[in-house]
Parts: sequence; structure tokens; C-alpha cells
Amino acid sequence: MSGAGSIDQRASRAEVCAAAMADAFRGDGEILVSCFGTIPAIAARLAKLSFAPDLLLTDGIAHLLETVQPVSGPVKTDPVIEGWLPFRSVFDLLWNGRRHVVMIASQIDRFGNHNFACIGPHAKPKAQLLGMRGAPGNTINHTTSYWVPSHSARVFVDKVDVVSGVGYDRAAKLGAAAKFHDVRRVVSNLGVFDFATRDHTMRLVTVHPGVAVADVVAATAFPLELGADVPETRTPSAEELRVIREVLDPAGTRDREVPS
Amino acid sequence: MDKRTTAAAVVAELRDGMTLGIGGWGSRRKPMALVREILRSPVKDLTVVSYGGPDVGLLCAAGKVRKLVYGFVSLDSIPLEPHFRNARQAGAFEAAEWDEGMLQWGLYAAALRLPFLPTRAGLGSDVMTINPALRTVHSPYGDGEELVAVPALSLDVALIHMNRADARGNGQFLGPDPYFDDLFCMAAKRRFMSCEQLVETCDFTKFGSVHTLKINRTMVDGVVETPMGAHFTECPPDYGRDEAFQREYAATAKSPEAWDAFHKRFLDVESEAAYQEAVRVWQGAAK
Repeated sequence: MSGAGSIDQRASRAEVCAAAMADAFRGDGEILVSCFGTIPAIAARLAKLSFAPDLLLTDGIAHLLETVQPVSGPVKTDPVIEGWLPFRSVFDLLWNGRRHVVMIASQIDRFGNHNFACIGPHAKPKAQLLGMRGAPGNTINHTTSYWVPSHSARVFVDKVDVVSGVGYDRAAKLGAAAKFHDVRRVVSNLGVFDFATRDHTMRLVTVHPGVAVADVVAATAFPLELGADVPETRTPSAEELRVIREVLDPAGTRDREVPS
Repeated sequence: MDKRTTAAAVVAELRDGMTLGIGGWGSRRKPMALVREILRSPVKDLTVVSYGGPDVGLLCAAGKVRKLVYGFVSLDSIPLEPHFRNARQAGAFEAAEWDEGMLQWGLYAAALRLPFLPTRAGLGSDVMTINPALRTVHSPYGDGEELVAVPALSLDVALIHMNRADARGNGQFLGPDPYFDDLFCMAAKRRFMSCEQLVETCDFTKFGSVHTLKINRTMVDGVVETPMGAHFTECPPDYGRDEAFQREYAATAKSPEAWDAFHKRFLDVESEAAYQEAVRVWQGAAK
């Protein structure tokens, strides 16, 4: 193992995304984090190994693992299992609220309405994607963030074809039943976004190093809330880079999801 | 009571237009031998309720599905079930697409003989618009909440697959997850369980702890011993998923000719034994 001192300090775009996604879990405490996509999977593990040690992670089957497994390279064959979480218990836990999910958005609009169900009319879609899966239940019951590996105006759309994950405008209409709705953060390969605006429309929080604000605006079909000065997304620390490269993703699968 | 029967006798009970629940999850511990028996039968116009995997894909490809109640259909290692996708994109069946947690709630309501169970899942999403028959209820307790009333998913027939079972209809799962198989059985009028191996009741605890005895004999009308009966889905610890065969199956969604060849070779055969033999020959040739 090389020390942090000898590591190439220049972070790739994928590594910037992973650290930005990990920051979404700050302050989450003792909750289950469920992640879809390579970058979110790295991010949750990175958070658990550094500033959020109380997070719970599963092996994607039915076990809560105390051992943090890498997303590439050899996994530990005898991981420490701290709990049993079959699908039935997953539903209980998520309706109980102690969960933060990161889902991939095939489409997302300015209020955070999300679609990964299908493209085109639902009755006869042009492209059937994942279906509703757990998105309606997730978004109405606990904290949700989104990951977009390839930011474009076909993903950041004016109107999603089908609403699988509930956005802020629809949640507002539900009143008391939406009291647990919390779409926290969107991370794309270009920047970091949230909904901390007066009317809960999407705001560009930071742009990744090497990305211009104008690039993000051009690749987004709806008007983004923009501050007077949009800062750069932080770069991972030397120790975070070491953990990502040597511990969590030694085979570099992150670069396939987000090429530099 | 001795409930042992055959796959053919189980499928002989099915009628056109029935509502069929299928246990397991994705490409995991699916009652595939019973599904294959349906494919060999003339039964059609089924309403299928499933945490969908290749059970759904095969039934769609064979034109058996009139309506599907589901949250997803996935092969796990292949995230999107290609035969299901083809059928959806052709508008081939009525798609009752729900949140996957709602599906459990509908089965649980039916199991408890309730008309519905309330939940927040679905509120605000297009689950409510693409399923216009779904209704909401107001909480009677003054908290102002309006909740989804998930209707009971009452089934005519449930099919599940277990690792071990006895002749009286007790069933044992030995893998990591019981899924919702007990709810599928409790939601159905007629309940059929295939198993890897029939055992004596007194031997269950040699295979696993009492916690693995999820299916009791009040839930089951018929038991079929079908070794490798979940193939090509996984059935741990007895066997894992046959990934190579699953890839072969998935690839047949690319053209009607490829599907026809697959159907002729593996499905349009006289029995489950003939299917298993055809798979062995394929595996030998693939090596």
C-alpha cells in the first residue's frame, strides 16, 4: 500500500463525483444507504469508511454487512454480517424511514420529479426501462438523492414522461401525507444540484472542476436556479483518493461510468 | 393428507382468464418447472401477479398474459427482462405497474381477507394515474392524511418453489430470502408448491433452523417434486443461477426466429424431464 503522500493528487471526474455523492450522506447517522450505479456505490462506502461510520450497507442480497466490500476487484470471501434484511424487511425499513436511497434518473425535471420506468407513453412505451420499482414508495417515505452519469437535456427535461419518483411540486399538493418527502441532492457528471430554493426548484450548487456553468445550463432543458457565483465542487482529499483507488475500486470501473 | 401431485395435474386446474400469482423474486427461486408446464398447455389470457423475472418473460413471449400486475421484471444479472420489454413495447398486455412495496401490501390484504391496506407508497406518483382504478382513503384519526388504499390482490392460483417440502405441504426455504411466497399462497384459492426435494417431516430440521419453515400446510394444496425445477433462476444452496443459459434465453428476444428456435428446442418438448435433458445437451455443447 502506498501512503497518501505518494498518490497522484489530481482527481478524475469520476472521483470528484464519488466524493460529491458521498457528501450527500453527511449527518445521516444510523440509516440504511441503498445505491444504484457505480459512483453511488463507491460514495456510500467512502462515506462509511470516513465521516459516516454509522451507515448501514447491504450486500445486495439479504445481509447487512459490517465489512465494507469493494465495488471491483476481489471481494472479501468471509465478510462480517451484522444483520438479516430480506426484501420484506427492506420494505418495512424504508416505510419506517431510516433509509437514504440513491437512484439513477433516466429523466428528471426542475421539481425533482423522476422517471426510470419507461420512455414514451406508458400504455405503449417507446422504451420500457426499469418500471416503477420502489421509486414511489422511496420518495414518499425517506430521503432520496439522484445520480445522472451523463448529463444532457434528454435527462434534465422540462417534463418527465412518467413520474416514478415524486418531486416537490407534487409532494406539496399531498399535504400531510408527504411529511417524509425529502429529495436531497442530484449529482451528475457535470455538477451538484439541490432544491434549497424558495419554490423548491432545482439549483446548481457547484460545478465540477473543468466544467463551465454555461455548459451545465446548455445541457439542461429547464431553467436552473443559479447563484451569482457558482463555486467548484470540492476535490477529494488525498486519503479519499487512496481509499477510492486502492480499497474500493482498484479495477477502475468508475471511469467506465464517468470517463474523464 | 398426502398432497403429492404432478406439474401436469397442477396446470390442468388452470382456466383461461384466471389470476395467477408466482412466487420468488426476479431471477431467484422461481417455480420454473410449473411455468414451463403452463407453456406446454393451451391456457391463455392470464392475469399474472409477480415480482417478475423470466417467469413473466416466458409467459409474455408465449402470449399467455392478458394483464400483468408488477413493480418490475428483471433477470437480476441482466437488469431488464428483454422478452417482457418486447411485449410492453408492443402494448401486448394490460400493464398494472405498481410500486413494488404496494404489491406486497395487496398480497397481504388478500391474505388477511381485507379489501385493502393503506400506505403512502404511490401517492403523488404516476402509479395513481396509470392505474386509474386505484383509490385513496382519508385517515379517520384526525391527522388529515390521505393514503393509497391498495386493493387486495386475490389470486385464483399461487405457484411457489421451495428447497425442501414434505408430502403434507410444509415447505422450507434454505436460501437467504423467503421473498413473499407465504403471502402468495395465503392470497390464493388454490396453492401449489414445487420443491427441489421431498423429505420426511422429521428431517426438516437437519437442513435448516425452524425459521426456514416459512410455508405450513394450511397454505398448500399440492406438492410437486421437481429437481432443478427453478432452473435457470437461482435456488441456493442447491444451485446458483445458470448465467450462461440465462444469457442464451435473453438473446432470443432479438428476433422471432431466435425465439422460435429456443422455444422448439427447450419449451415445446414433451415434459420437464425432456427440458432438463435438452439443457444438459446444450451445456455439453457449450463447454
